[in-house]
Amino acid sequence: MSEQVREPLWEVFIRSRRGLSHNHVGSLHAADAQMALRNARDVFTRRMEGISIWVVPSASITASSPDERDPFFEPAADKAYRHPTFYDIPKEVKQL
Amino acid sequence: MTAVAVDPAAVYTLRHADDCLVLSHRLAQWSSRAPSLEEDVALTNIALDLLGQARALYTRTSELDRTGRSEDDHVFQRDERDFVNCLLVEQENGDFAVTVARQLLFSTYQLETWRALGGSTDRQVAAIAAKAVKEVTYHLDHATQWTLRLGDGTAESHERMRAALERLWPYTAELFETDAVTDDVVARGVAGDPQRLRAAWDSSVDQVLREATLERPSTSWTPTGGRRGLHTECFGYMLAEMQHLHRAHPGARW
Repeated sequence: MSEQVREPLWEVFIRSRRGLSHNHVGSLHAADAQMALRNARDVFTRRMEGISIWVVPSASITASSPDERDPFFEPAADKAYRHPTFYDIPKEVKQL
Repeated sequence: MTAVAVDPAAVYTLRHADDCLVLSHRLAQWSSRAPSLEEDVALTNIALDLLGQARALYTRTSELDRTGRSEDDHVFQRDERDFVNCLLVEQENGDFAVTVARQLLFSTYQLETWRALGGSTDRQVAAIAAKAVKEVTYHLDHATQWTLRLGDGTAESHERMRAALERLWPYTAELFETDAVTDDVVARGVAGDPQRLRAAWDSSVDQVLREATLERPSTSWTPTGGRRGLHTECFGYMLAEMQHLHRAHPGARW
């Protein structure tokens, strides 16, 4: 196994029956997109977790770096006025 | 155990129950040994689907033959000669290509069989078949995807897939055999004629092989006997392993 070339890594996103968006659930190895989709079905939906699957090559994801954490995220820490807690939410507006 | 006066419909459901059980056990033997973790889960998922189908069919068998045998009685208390599965499903796992080829050839047959049984006059069998169709559709898709990738892959994977098909092909003839049991259930509308499944099986398998750049093996050797309890050598070993615990410790639970 160790001398073999590992198949590429894929990130798996699943939308649950009542869910509105796909959520990241994990990653797996597969030779190509179609096999990744099937592996995701087998590994992540055995207990009726979802009704829709996305797979994305992990290599396609550009991630923020831990080194950039402070300039990226720290400035938002003291800006409480950005949270919509100062407004009354109309009852008719759902999923906000 | 296959008594003379038994309803042929019970023998018929027992044959398919045994097919499901034996292939389920073979696939379970891959557990923790598959080429990858993902494939390990995939193969055992298929094994569990088949085990579920086997359980439903054993239950129906015991209703039809009025013996009241439990699922465990069927699985653990019968001897090799009492099992009436086809020879194809009992063949050893071999390398991964052999397992894929066995699944392709059998799932194609099983899908056509379940589709035909969806219209069975036995409503319980029809219900079991209707549920199983969805499961087997996925099993066939899984086997098809791998056949395409191994057949149309590297020189080595192509050669292994070719060898696997050649090794298993002789056992496919048995799937379409007819005898007094099938004649009876066909006449009563319980099941479709096995011979009429042949054309659909041929065209389905041929299409996959063509796309996978594999040739259909030609063979004149057509071993048979599984439906009468006459099995290949490897089956006894599988059964001994499968039944050992239950027979050594009757009624063991955990």
